[in-house]
Amino acid sequence: MKTLDARGLSCPEPVIMIQKAMKSKEASYEILVDNNTSKENVTRYAEHQGYQVKVTEEGGEYTLSITR
Amino acid sequence: MKNEKVSIILAGCIIGIIGSILVFFGNPANMGFCIACFLRDTTGALGLHQAAAVQYIRPEIIGLVLGSFLLAMAKKEFLPRGGSAPLTRFLLGFFVMVGCLMFLGCPFRMILRLAGGDLNAIFGFLGFFGGILAGIFFLNKGYTLKRTYKLPKAEGKAFIGIQAALLILLIAAPAFIHFTEPEGGPGAKHAAIIISLAAGLIVGALAQRTRLCMVGGLRDFVLFREWKLLAGFLAILISALFCNLILTGATSGTYFTLGLAGQPIAHTDGLWNFLGMLLAGFGCVLLGGCPLRQLILSGEGNTDSAITVIGMMVGAAFSHNFGLASSPEGPTANGKIAVLIGIAVVAVIAVMNTFYQKEEGK
Repeated sequence: MKTLDARGLSCPEPVIMIQKAMKSKEASYEILVDNNTSKENVTRYAEHQGYQVKVTEEGGEYTLSITR
Repeated sequence: MKNEKVSIILAGCIIGIIGSILVFFGNPANMGFCIACFLRDTTGALGLHQAAAVQYIRPEIIGLVLGSFLLAMAKKEFLPRGGSAPLTRFLLGFFVMVGCLMFLGCPFRMILRLAGGDLNAIFGFLGFFGGILAGIFFLNKGYTLKRTYKLPKAEGKAFIGIQAALLILLIAAPAFIHFTEPEGGPGAKHAAIIISLAAGLIVGALAQRTRLCMVGGLRDFVLFREWKLLAGFLAILISALFCNLILTGATSGTYFTLGLAGQPIAHTDGLWNFLGMLLAGFGCVLLGGCPLRQLILSGEGNTDSAITVIGMMVGAAFSHNFGLASSPEGPTANGKIAVLIGIAVVAVIAVMNTFYQKEEGK
């Protein structure tokens, strides 16, 4: 599993991070974001790539667990 | 996810209709909305430039920020943030404005000009797309202005306060605020304050909700084959086009004229329409969003975007003080030099923040 920290970054940067990370074709990824737009955009991208996304929120930060 | 696309298409349709109808209510032709032009008009009203034809505190701008702010508050999305290269963003905002005033419109007005039959906007669109591709090249190579940080609530609300102050100045109209004389130019053409403000509030709320962005549409399609934002862009174009055709048929005014010559508040110099929007598109990708999106983000408490908007206003002041802005007669020599300098500066910013920032640490 690969963990990415995209907190504070604005789109499209978080999506580019996950896009690049997904080139290694791992079974699961975890990415931290801190705003709704990034959460939505990363989720949309991952789902398009055939992954499932589970979101957990803590103190305004979101952890997206992305699995095949 | 399907719902997202339906809602942005609906929002785009409503925004297109509002953009068209504002002209019916008094805004300049093909300028129901223009973030660049309206920021320029407000800058002039504050006396920061002396172009008497374009001075008016545009309520649409105030409405866009407040509409975004109110909805963000309601949805718990008001998050004061900042600290991601503010001075760089100021410079980018400055030169985005120089590019927009070469073309005579922001990306939003570019769509509305197309919807009014102004084919000069096609050259602008091609340049805009070229600028976006240039920005994407750097994004793919790792371009970043680094992260933002949480800020106190008061910092996030400062820009909202500024908008409220502008609204008071507009309504009170003290003598030191400049307003274009009747028939004195585009600044004199405007809908009633309440209509403009309401239009701004509605569009601001819709754009906040849907994350609508003229730059994001093309950018995300090229980067990820994601067409959500592009669908909003196209919906505005189509609905404004239909609304313009209906208004032309149903009223005594003309809201659609197909052609290149004689278009309202536009010039026919294809090369400089292209290069102006290339600068705007390039700068906007590096900023992460178009001028409209910067206003919406400012409303959500993003102070980097607020600095960008202020950079755009300073850019507008310079553009008119130093004769950089085009007129319907065409671009100026000073404006051409400024656009070329702008493209060079934006390219340097792109290179510096792509290739020369990695070893500096976080």
